Amino acid sequence: MAETTPTHIGAEIARPSGMRGIVADWSSDQRAFKNVSWGKAMMWIFLLSDTFVFSCFLLSYMTVRMSTVVPWPNPSEVFALTIGAEKIPLILIAIMTFVLISSSGTMAMAVNFGYRRDRRKTAALMLATAALGATFVGMQAFEWTKLIGEGVRPWGNPWGAVQFGSSFFMITGFHGTHVTIGVIFLIVMARKVLRGDFDHARRGFFTSRKGSYEIVEITGLYWHFVDLVWVFIFALFYLW
Amino acid sequence: MVDVTHGVAVPVAEVGDVELYHPRSWVTKYVFSQDAKVIAIQYSLTALSIGLVALVLSWLMRMQLGFPGLLSFINADRYYQFVTMHGMIMVIYLLTALFLGGFGNYLIPLMLGARDMVFPYVNMLSYWIYLLAVLVLVAGFFVPGGPTGAGWTLYPPQAILANTPGQQWGIILMLVSLMLFIIGFTMGGLNYVVTVLQGRARGMTMMRMPLTVWGIFTATVMALLAFPALFVGSVMMLLDRVLGTSFFMPSIVLMGEQLKYGGGSPILFQHLFWFFGHPEVYIVALPAFGIVSDLISTHARKNIFGYRMMVWAIVAIGALSFVVWAHHMYVSGMNPGFGFFFATTTLIIAIPTAIKVYNWVLTLWRGDIHFTVPMLFALGFIVTFVNGGLTGLFLGNVVVDVPLSRTMFVVAHFHMVMGIAPIMVIFGAIYHWYPKLTGRMLDDTLGKLHFWVTFVGAYAIFFPMHYLGLLGVPRRYYEMGETAFVPPSAHTLNEFITIAALIVGAAQLAFVFNLFWSLRHGRPSGGNPWRATTLEWQTPETPPTHGNWGKELPVVYRWAYDYSVPGAAEDFLPQNQPPMPRTP
Repeated sequence: MAETTPTHIGAEIARPSGMRGIVADWSSDQRAFKNVSWGKAMMWIFLLSDTFVFSCFLLSYMTVRMSTVVPWPNPSEVFALTIGAEKIPLILIAIMTFVLISSSGTMAMAVNFGYRRDRRKTAALMLATAALGATFVGMQAFEWTKLIGEGVRPWGNPWGAVQFGSSFFMITGFHGTHVTIGVIFLIVMARKVLRGDFDHARRGFFTSRKGSYEIVEITGLYWHFVDLVWVFIFALFYLW
Repeated sequence: MVDVTHGVAVPVAEVGDVELYHPRSWVTKYVFSQDAKVIAIQYSLTALSIGLVALVLSWLMRMQLGFPGLLSFINADRYYQFVTMHGMIMVIYLLTALFLGGFGNYLIPLMLGARDMVFPYVNMLSYWIYLLAVLVLVAGFFVPGGPTGAGWTLYPPQAILANTPGQQWGIILMLVSLMLFIIGFTMGGLNYVVTVLQGRARGMTMMRMPLTVWGIFTATVMALLAFPALFVGSVMMLLDRVLGTSFFMPSIVLMGEQLKYGGGSPILFQHLFWFFGHPEVYIVALPAFGIVSDLISTHARKNIFGYRMMVWAIVAIGALSFVVWAHHMYVSGMNPGFGFFFATTTLIIAIPTAIKVYNWVLTLWRGDIHFTVPMLFALGFIVTFVNGGLTGLFLGNVVVDVPLSRTMFVVAHFHMVMGIAPIMVIFGAIYHWYPKLTGRMLDDTLGKLHFWVTFVGAYAIFFPMHYLGLLGVPRRYYEMGETAFVPPSAHTLNEFITIAALIVGAAQLAFVFNLFWSLRHGRPSGGNPWRATTLEWQTPETPPTHGNWGKELPVVYRWAYDYSVPGAAEDFLPQNQPPMPRTP
């Protein structure tokens, strides 16, 4: 380890180049990611872990969908709504997806205003995000009610493979739980923003240093992740 | 976006003076403590206690195999319950929790010169959820039907079918306990990873970290990526059991009755389980690799050979271990074509592993070897690990695995490589760091007795088992019965193994006694009894107080292995010792 250990005061340490230089940069003093706070680093790593959870859920769903010998129900028909006299396939899911993607937009704006320390606008946008998220969960509850009313259960359904109901309730349920947690977290944070907790570093949970609105961004990371997961669920469950 | 804040986004204060929550009462200091060191001790004591339960279970199993019928309360159902609980407890609730929750919590902040983990409150929650998981697991012993007897791999469909012991409550409690464990571990694991990445002292580059930290760090990253598979598997099996879904359940006719299940994929669970299960082997092994490197270097008074290679080997093993899982499934009925791929990747892992073994041996080469108790255990680790690793090469090959897979040979292999070997390191590490925890040395004579009985005993137990396996003695059998191909001599050997197991088990009680006895009567150790270089030995107080470092955080000037440096006043240079003034 001669290259990083000066044996005498004043000894020059050569900066390594090439591959070693890359390693030296990544493994350098005190922190690997220089401008990333502890909270943000933790959220990123948590999301990486959570990605594996959702990947396993989706891969398992795809496996059982292929392993079952009973035909899979046609999602276009199952998830259709009759509006007026018209049967429109996937209309509810389309609206839900639109709502959730829009909430990512309001969340991104909230982060922006957070860094400008505009408390009112930040809180308003966070609450808007939470409202959109709650709407999403509400529509999901509606969808669940409709399907349960039509006889879909985790252990069976009127149209085909039993794994349809089990995968559907498990995956959307798990995702819905994530959204719900996000909504609660957003409301708690919006209250803190509005009260000015982050301006005078009030002691308490999730309150960081004076003047730092980074927690808004961290909440946002989680929120965007939940959105992104929905895109995959949408593609793999509803469109396949 | 107007960038008004990015310049100050990372206040220096976060690294330097973390505002620690200083406990004000006995309860917040010792029970609901946010101090990583207290949490570490809580984790370790819980893990060791539940480990003792698993040890007793192994005695009962051995009694049945060695002296069938002697203990009349062991019937077939109970035997399978003992096997299952022994396996699950040892692998997850003892080894994983002790290495990551115990050693990780204690050593990461101290070795990196941090005041604590980055999120002490989350860290505290991690322990309490772990404790809850252990309690739920233990509750299995007291519910109707007892704990699950599905084997530690919990393969469906039999794990949740009637007639499997513990089908009523045991399997549910087991799955819930696993899910709790994973949630609790994730909380701790995020802490360890972020602390290593972002919370180091000044001068502590990652390439100066002791290998212990590298091992625990890599294992934690792996655990964060591998446990999700087990989590998902547990959720789905729980739904199968409780709600009657059919994720893992094909159509089954049981006792002439068509069950309501159908269309699921039992092999899916095996894939999920082993996608977790194989990295799990290395989640246990990598911290052991790291710790043993430090033990060898310290007690041989020599720098570790090939530090950089050691780090890369750890990382390479960690990465490779995610693409070998199906070598546990050669006989499962998966596509035989997979066997070729997974056998190849499995054998490739031998390369970085061999690098590590050579480097340990080369560190010992012409070292000033002190046969202290930690060193003895470290040497014991190398021997047992090489032994278990070599039989791993046998089993990694499809053609050898297929005939051996259901025999005692497999039991011998994995107990050698991930039972005895990591336990050797755990013991060595406890003897090594106990003085830092308590300020007193563990008793040497008892320690040496403990080592020799454990080491020789482990061979007495597991070496004959290879032979039994080659004879074809099946594993997981409650009794051999009329198995015609098993020669009668196998039974004598089984008796021998059982007696050895009882003796080794008894030796562990001597160790437990030593832990408590030395707390009062051990020789006072001082701050740095092994004259080691790493930061945890340089704390101002022993045992270290809350915040670890008093007023000033240490500054690191060198790597962790400056032993026997020519020209130095002592035969070791602590990591925080500034460079020598230039001599004329």
